[in-house]
Formats: sequence, C-alpha cells, structure tokens
Amino acid sequence: MTATFLVHQAGPAVTVQDLGWHGYVAQGVSRGGAIDMLAMAEGAALLGQSPNFAALEMAGFGGVFSATRNCVIALTGAEMRADLDGRALAWNATHAVPAGAKLKIGPVMRGIYGYLHISGGFEPPLILQGRGTHLAAGLRAAIREGAELPFGASSATRAGLSLDVAERSAGGFIRILPTLQSDMFGADLLAAFQNTIFTRDPRSNRMGVRLAAPDAPNFAPEAARNILSDIVMEGDIQITGDGTPYVLMAESQTTGGYPRIAQVLPCDLPRLAQLSSGAEVMFQMISHGEAVEIERAAQAARAQLGAMCKPVLRDPREAGDLLAMQLISGVTAGEDEG
Amino acid sequence: MNAQAAKPPKFPEICQTGYAGLVVRFGDQLNEAGNRASLAFAAEVIAAGLAGVLEVSTALQSVLLRYDPLLVSPEALRADLAAALTQRDWYAASLPQGRTVWEVPACFGGAYGPEFEQACSLASVSQAEAVAELCANPLRVQAIGFAPSQPYLGELPPNWDFPRQATLNPQVPKGALVAAIRQIVLFSVPSPTGWLHIGQTGLSLFDPARDHPFMLRAGDEIALRPVSEAEFETSCAAAPYGGAVRRALP
Repeated sequence: MTATFLVHQAGPAVTVQDLGWHGYVAQGVSRGGAIDMLAMAEGAALLGQSPNFAALEMAGFGGVFSATRNCVIALTGAEMRADLDGRALAWNATHAVPAGAKLKIGPVMRGIYGYLHISGGFEPPLILQGRGTHLAAGLRAAIREGAELPFGASSATRAGLSLDVAERSAGGFIRILPTLQSDMFGADLLAAFQNTIFTRDPRSNRMGVRLAAPDAPNFAPEAARNILSDIVMEGDIQITGDGTPYVLMAESQTTGGYPRIAQVLPCDLPRLAQLSSGAEVMFQMISHGEAVEIERAAQAARAQLGAMCKPVLRDPREAGDLLAMQLISGVTAGEDEG
Repeated sequence: MNAQAAKPPKFPEICQTGYAGLVVRFGDQLNEAGNRASLAFAAEVIAAGLAGVLEVSTALQSVLLRYDPLLVSPEALRADLAAALTQRDWYAASLPQGRTVWEVPACFGGAYGPEFEQACSLASVSQAEAVAELCANPLRVQAIGFAPSQPYLGELPPNWDFPRQATLNPQVPKGALVAAIRQIVLFSVPSPTGWLHIGQTGLSLFDPARDHPFMLRAGDEIALRPVSEAEFETSCAAAPYGGAVRRALP
C-alpha cells in the first residue's frame, strides 16, 4: 500500500521540489526545482538518501501534516517553528513521525524557504521526468489543503540526527562574475554596483530576488533597451529598464533582453535565496579562476555533509520520547558536542 | 545569399559568461545568416558530445554551452569550439530539416491588444496597415526562449524597430502577441513583459500532458491570420491549438 502524506493545512507557497529539470533550456524551461540547493543536500545527508528525492519547499509558512505510515523527516533551510503533537522539533535535524501524529510547521523565524524532507522522498506523478515544481512554467502547482502526497518506501532509521549549519540568511558579501554584457555597463556603474548595500525587496519570488537600495544610482546602461534578447542563466543579475537589479533564480526566464551586470556564484545563491528581510548584502567581483577554486571547496564540503551528521543531545525531560524514537544506526559521527 | 557578406565583422566570437557558460556569438543584431549559423552550430556541438558540457541551447544569434568547470577547463572547451568554428562556413548553413508552419488565428487591438494603437503609432502605420504588415508573410521562429516553447518571431519590417518599454507591463495572458525591436513574441504562459501587447491568440504552446508537450522549435514558422473579436471568441479562444492548423514545410 502506498504511504501518503496528508496536507491538513498549507501556507500560500508550499511546493514539492527536487533538484529541478536539466536539459530543457533549449525548449524554454529553466531549472525550476528547489531554490536553496544546499538545503536539499543537507536533507539528503541527514536522511542518508539521494538529494534528488523530492521534499516540500515552504516559503514563509509551512502547514499541518500527518503521514499514513511511520516515517522519518528532516527539516532544513530557513528555520521555522515546528512541533509534533505539541512537542517542539529542532531544525537541521531528523525526527521520527509515527503514523497519524500531527506535524505543525509554522512561520519562518529567519530566512525565507524551509524544507521538509521525508524518508523515501515525495513521489508525485513525474512531469517531464521530474518531481519538482516550476510555477512560472506551469509545471505543477503549489500544494493546497487536502492534498495527499505519496512518498516512497524506505528503511531509514536515522531519526535523532542533527547537522551544524552555518547561518545563511544574514547577508554579507556575495561573490559575482562578469557576464557577456558586463562591459556594457562601464567601469563607473560596475564600481557603483559593488559599492551599494542592498536588501531583499519583498516583491521577490522563485523567479528572482529583487534588490532594494534606496539611494542607489540607476544601474541601467545607456541604450540597453535595444539589445537583442540573449540567453539567461540562473544567478544572472538583470537590470530592468528602470534600473532595478534582479538576481534570477530557479524559475528564471531562459532568455531575456535586459542586460545582466554580473552573475552570482552558484554556491552563494542559497544565501541570496534565504536573505532575511532587512539583512544587507554587497557584491564583490572575483575572477573565474578564483570561482572555480571556491566551487571546488563547496563541492567537497557538500560531500562531507553526511559525515558531519551527529546524534542530537537529548533533553532528559523528553526521556519518554526516546521510546518513540528509533535510535541511530549506521552513523559514523563522533560524540555529542559540548 | 552571399554568406560572406552576411557575416558581421568580429564574429563569430567565443565568450565566457558567468561561472558555467561559454557563448558562441554569430552576431549582435538580427541577421538571418547568423540565426541559421546558431542553429546549425548547436546541432554540431550536441552531436560532438563534448566532455563536461551539460546542456546546449540557442538564442537569436548565439549558442550557449552550460558546462561544469570542475570537469573541463574553459580554455580546453574554448579550443574545441574554435576548431569546430573553422570546419565550415556556418553562416551558409541551411535551416534544420522537418520544419513546420502553423496558421494561427489572431485578434489584433481592442480588448485583446490594448497597446496595439501605441505600437501602430511607433511603427507609423494605421491599424489596418499594421495587420496587413504582420500577416503578409509567415514569421520565422528565430529562437525559443524566456518561457516553455515560447517563440521569438521575425523579422518584422524596419518600421517595427521600436525599443522595449522602460516599465514592465505586470501581466499579459497566455497566447498574447507582443511586439518590439522588429520581433513578435507569442507568450506561452501569463507573464510580465516590457514589450507592447498588440493582440491575442488561443494557443497553448506548451502542455506537459500532451504527447508532444512543446509545440514549436527554432526554424518553424507561424502565419498569423487576422480574425475579428467575435470570431476569436466563438471559434479560436477555446478550440484545440486555438484553431491553428499545422502544415509541413517543404
């Protein structure tokens, strides 16, 4: 019998996401999939399964859920208030969810996108061989109250693990590279762009993060409204006709005529996706050679996530819950911290 | 056509863009030969199966290779592309085989094209003249992009060379016809745009539930057939493929 995850209540922007579609840009379909790819890697490491297993992406608010079969979940990305039958759940950790128990995931506390991963992964019907959602392209829609999401079989017994995750919603320096059109902006605009402190405009979504800076100059170069539409890539920072910068994200268009002043390094994109309201970022141009070394280190760090998972310190007052928890198996991590 | 004359100076060129993109550009202006060169060169690069290349796509005058710089160096890939560019005169390439033309009913102006009047004024023609100009010849799908199966159609007569608007139109509906810079875009999904909304079709260019989800590919053609608001509403808006008819091109 197929196990089902029941959605009793859902926030306005809860979607099923995998790593997205690859190979459809020529047909006009950008990646889609999870906007915070690092959160997908973290969830996969915690549950010991493939990062392409689909999870729920929850923007700002989660919902109320239950499962028809015992399962293990991992919570990653932006930290949200969460409880299981009234008992608070830690973020960046795995938890056993007995069949029928009520899982409540409330408002986000910092960052934007929280993720709920499940042992076996969510298994909605494949669309173009993918299980993700691309709202802009009309590939699947947001999850609504009453939805029943099948999830895969799994023998995972990894409840009670946690992962130390560096804060990524607080802003700071974001590294960028030149695009095909960077030269069109000239040295002055490129310098001004890197000297401006930006925040996340609330009119941001899975297509793009709109950047706000009240006293910034107009970044639109002269005569840019007549350039030929050309190929757009995820991370490109597009300057629209009125001079507003948008960082193009998972659901970006695949071509566009607005010039791109620079492109955000792939491993820095999760920090833009999760930028909290009011948190400040500045952009810093680096060379392609530097970018390759930074990405190589980021890839190595992602490969180490599994080994970084370790048992959660149990609060003695929760001792009763230990009976409901399946303790760790097959974990190589060391002693509790502290 | 004299292919050498069609090759713009300084092109083709190979440029790095961002972290994982190498772009081969055949021009920076609309150019029939550069568009055909892009399609033919992309097909060649896909067939070559270069190591480290993740995805190949085309725009109006360019080919993008998305590659993994941790698997192949940009210098090595650039050298492979430079060698492929010298294999032949890409600007003399013919269009892809197996192209199709769709005759598509379209309603211009009025409620279905709220910015048609503004576009006609920018193109210095009456509305009747504009409809005649846009429907006189089939329009070529010069590239697919922006949204699923969404075509850039052209090339329109020189008087249609007006820029995009500085402010975004917050949303045009699926099937909308929008114009700027001697091109028409036919929207496959509701979308914001900086182009002028001149008309409407009933087309669903992309439907993942269909056997062939993507209706168009670069090189195909669309022949717009003007219809009244009444005809559009009764026989196009809800009809399969918006009442469009498909024919194979010789």
